[in-house]
Amino acid sequence: MTAYLITGVSICGADQPSDLLLYDGRVADPAEAPSDAVPVDGTGLVALPGLVDLHTHLREPGREDAETVESGSRAAAMGGFTAVHAMANTDPVADTAGVVEQVWHLGQIAGYCDVRPVGAITVGLRGERLAELGAMADSDAHVRVFSDDGICVSDAVMMRRALEYVKAFDGVVAQHAQEPRLTEGAQMNESAMSGVLGMRGWPAVAEEAVIARDCLLAGHVGSRLHVCHVSTEGSVELIRWAKSKGWDVTAEVTPHHLMLTDDLVATYDPIYKVNPPLRTKADVEALRAGLADGTIDCVATDHAPHPTEDKECEWAAAAMGMLGLETALSVVQQTMVDTGLLDWAAVADRMAVRPARIGRVADQGHPLEVGAPANLVLYDPAASRVVEASTLQSLSRNTPYRGMQLPGSVTATFLRGRATVLDGQLQ
Amino acid sequence: MKHHLLSSADLARDDAVLVLDTAAELLSLADRPIKKLPTLRGRTIVNLFFEDSTRTRISFEAAAKRLSADVINFSAKGSSVSKGESLKDTALTLEAMGADAVVIRHGSSGAPHRLANSGWVRSSVVNAGDGTHEHPTQALLDAFTMRKHLGDLDAKRVTIVGDVLHSRVARSNALLLSTLGAEVTLVAPPTLLPVGVETWPVQTSYDLDTSLDKCDAVMMLRVQAERMDAAFFPSAREYSRRYGLDDRRFKRLPEHAIVMHPGPMNRGMEISADVADSARSVIVEQVSNGVAVRMAVLYLLLSGADLSRTDPTASDSTKPEVVS
Ligand SMILES: [Zn+2]
Repeated sequence: MTAYLITGVSICGADQPSDLLLYDGRVADPAEAPSDAVPVDGTGLVALPGLVDLHTHLREPGREDAETVESGSRAAAMGGFTAVHAMANTDPVADTAGVVEQVWHLGQIAGYCDVRPVGAITVGLRGERLAELGAMADSDAHVRVFSDDGICVSDAVMMRRALEYVKAFDGVVAQHAQEPRLTEGAQMNESAMSGVLGMRGWPAVAEEAVIARDCLLAGHVGSRLHVCHVSTEGSVELIRWAKSKGWDVTAEVTPHHLMLTDDLVATYDPIYKVNPPLRTKADVEALRAGLADGTIDCVATDHAPHPTEDKECEWAAAAMGMLGLETALSVVQQTMVDTGLLDWAAVADRMAVRPARIGRVADQGHPLEVGAPANLVLYDPAASRVVEASTLQSLSRNTPYRGMQLPGSVTATFLRGRATVLDGQLQ
Repeated sequence: MKHHLLSSADLARDDAVLVLDTAAELLSLADRPIKKLPTLRGRTIVNLFFEDSTRTRISFEAAAKRLSADVINFSAKGSSVSKGESLKDTALTLEAMGADAVVIRHGSSGAPHRLANSGWVRSSVVNAGDGTHEHPTQALLDAFTMRKHLGDLDAKRVTIVGDVLHSRVARSNALLLSTLGAEVTLVAPPTLLPVGVETWPVQTSYDLDTSLDKCDAVMMLRVQAERMDAAFFPSAREYSRRYGLDDRRFKRLPEHAIVMHPGPMNRGMEISADVADSARSVIVEQVSNGVAVRMAVLYLLLSGADLSRTDPTASDSTKPEVVS
């Protein structure tokens, strides 16, 4: 196996540059570099543990026209990720050991990152009967994260049972918090903007009411709750409160909710249609503050590929969701690092360490110390680029950042010591 | 004036006044024996109606024909559109046909905006009603009707009553009338006022009676009785009692005040039959004014480069002439 000797790199933003040897799949002592180690000039680059995404839609099986496990994991590698969690809302739904093992094997074959399947909580995401969570946990895919994402587990009893049941195998229930009755036909954030644009609103309370209930349930039964794509100021306050109670509640925020606001909807361009919807500037600021102080544990992309025809139409007919994998780190740099809210060590914590811990991903999210698995990303924060949808690895083109100038670029990604990206090129 | 008319917000005060003045000129021409003007001869106007609205389509069709334009009616029902053809493909077809203007009615808010700004067509786009967003030519014809009866709208009081939340007519009127200097009050039960209405250039009230005493025009919006199934109000009866324009309330109006309704009316629900048919109701007149206003819009969007300084009845060769 090729060894790589990375020289003069800033590990997690440390002032003193150092060398990193990747040897035999692990981080090793640079003094022991073999003579044929491939040199990588790390000058000016930041090394972070390989990023871990808790929320990725890979669309396979079922919508291979939008994304496949292979194309999605290529996009992940280009974004600096070494592990992604593939959401269960595929067709068929990932609600059996068979489907999650299939997705897991496809990830292994692709080889660009670890693909960790998320198991559905209920059969067919229908909210009626628990899926065989234990079978998925015991399968080759070792599922630990369970979610009906795309649909809220709105029934309080079903949610309680799921929270209780996953304790047997240290699982976590990841909730897409959306009160269904309050959001029937909803098109965008309910705000002055929705009133002017004549669009059915998606009120913040529909998210917050479910989060409040779920936190209380998690506290009551002593289980692990993870809140997907937190999007409102009120949600941040509720999660802060739940954590202050000592309950095992974690939360994620997407890059787009850290940057974009609902005034973009005035273009009626469905590239900005996403669920939960883009919110207000006050929400964006609260989300950034929540991520900075650790109330929100991690950034998760909610990478949601859609074919062009599902976005090239009128707003109401368009699909919800946006690409995220290949721009996540740049968006986090612009919104959190360049603003002084997070340093690179904290970025490593929010994008690798904590998501790996929440997903119970054993060999990901480790500090870059000798002996650690060699999962890492080299990132050039001084670089800058204009996002072009056609150059992305994803099969889909629905990036809301197209045409935007974003800071930074991923120079290299290593998965257990093997380069998946080198010199900015997919390997 | 802009290249498209998508929202009343596209009209600055000067633009709006120009449309209304032009419509007045055109209406006077309509009284002459020959009603057709050669102005838009050789131009193609497409009526693209994804939603049934015979009234609005006929009004636009009559307007285009009186300006001698070629009119293509493209209705969604029974066509490729209802078989899943996308808005984009429909737009590309219209572009290939060489449409100069597309008049679009669509059930989805923002569809005209999408058609105009996606680069699919070069033609002017006129919003003939989109979802619960806007219906700017309706607002123009309402303003036109009010001007005829009340004169300049500056400082005039207009009360708009009913289902503001779902009404594209209310949105377009609130914007246009305030642009023209009128003081607009929206009256509705709290459930039927949109979130954020306090940021609109209007007053709001939950009480109809107190909003009638000083108004110059009252516009009743259509309210669907089925809204009670979604708990917007308890029953048609209660709605009618609290927000209907009945004979008792009608008597509270000042002598000169006019009664308007964009149609189609629910007689007995938001307006009583006697009020709808009273001498101060201008509801039928609204319909006939619609043609003149739509002629003005199509004329101003399609003829000549510098539209803000043209007069359709002036004796310039680029201006319309009465065919004699
Ligand atoms: Zn979701």
